Amino acid sequence: MAIEFDFLSVVQEWPLLAKGFLLSLAMIALSGVLGILLGVIISWAKTLERPFINFLTSTYIELLRNTPFIVQLFFLFFALPSLGVKLSPLTASMLAMSINLSAYSAEILRAGIESIPSGQVRAGQSLGMTQHQIFKCIVLPQAFKNTWPALVSQVVIVMLGSAVCAQISTEELSYAANLIQGRNFRAFEAFFVATLLYLVMSIFVRFCLDHFISKLIFRGPRG
Amino acid sequence: MVDFSLWDIARNLLLAARWTLLLSLISFIGGGLVGILILVMRLSKLKGLEIFCIGFIKLFQGTPLLMQLFLIYFGFALLGIETSPWSSAVIALTLYSSAYLSEIWRGCIDSIPQGQWSAAKSLGLHFIDQLRFVIGPQALKISIAPTVGFMVQAVKATALTSVIGFIELTKAGTMISNTTFKPFLVFGCVAILYFIICFPISWYSKRLELRLTLAR
Repeated sequence: MAIEFDFLSVVQEWPLLAKGFLLSLAMIALSGVLGILLGVIISWAKTLERPFINFLTSTYIELLRNTPFIVQLFFLFFALPSLGVKLSPLTASMLAMSINLSAYSAEILRAGIESIPSGQVRAGQSLGMTQHQIFKCIVLPQAFKNTWPALVSQVVIVMLGSAVCAQISTEELSYAANLIQGRNFRAFEAFFVATLLYLVMSIFVRFCLDHFISKLIFRGPRG
Repeated sequence: MVDFSLWDIARNLLLAARWTLLLSLISFIGGGLVGILILVMRLSKLKGLEIFCIGFIKLFQGTPLLMQLFLIYFGFALLGIETSPWSSAVIALTLYSSAYLSEIWRGCIDSIPQGQWSAAKSLGLHFIDQLRFVIGPQALKISIAPTVGFMVQAVKATALTSVIGFIELTKAGTMISNTTFKPFLVFGCVAILYFIICFPISWYSKRLELRLTLAR
């Protein structure tokens, strides 16, 4: 049996694909920043070594790391309205992505912070720096630099995970593919093109984070 | 309207959780077997095989699992092969796990000093025996913790099969929430069940890791 591929009818719908591609990219850009920021705050809270705060942050991290992203997304989108919090699909998607990323990046950063030699902290203390200053100027920049490759991988994983956001009708790339296959019944071709676009996106995101963003963050001596 | 008590919800979710467990077990074991094959092919130092394996791993790690599921689901249909959500889920998850597992294990093998390979070679062992008797056992020890850690990811990955219509925990949760109009309760229970499955595994993996670092 001969299989006939019809990629033309998929490629013809390129404006839809381009729109989805850009929205996916924008989603990961914003939730990447938010998620890592939140991760920094959580890992900072962990350094305070208060039992109660430690318990809270550990519960948060373990809860998010041990449940699937799609369940977190459904929870935010379908369950929160019954508590009176109504989120648009886009907000719910980005919130889910940020929260998911924050748990992983907090865990990654915690490992980075623990690997900083304690002499560094003592050196800061002997310079008369406050605990807050030591964290911000000495510990965090080094932890960031050491764990950057792991953080980049995590951002890419969250980006790939965002393909399920189409399930709550966020109009990102996989939503566009779904729409196209609904129009021309070329399901395989539509998803094939979308998959290639995701591959391009993951290479692009990884390249940007490895080359440009890292230079931006780690520029000065203060980090 | 059908009346669902809390017990009905819990019971139905638990019944569906069996499928989550079974699917993650099959895909983990299948992924391990395919992963070993890919690993051996990659270590064999034959250019063609190596490029194929790197491409395979890059493809499966660089694209969303959801797209892989769709491609396999619709791709087999295009070939004229009857596919069910169950068979496409098993195939997609196996391939997905194999890419990750072979990459994890390659990292473990890379961490074995080069001298061990040379020593094995000098004993006259051929490639497979070098792996089996010298490198493998040493790499196995370091690989246990990350492999157990990946099991959590394998369980969570099965949640995506709900999208192609395989009725596991997440899909059952969606269906029950649609009939009972209690999304908060139902998705809360779904999340807790996933947590009950995954948390012991990740806790055990963390403990293994700790033991390994203490042993060094």
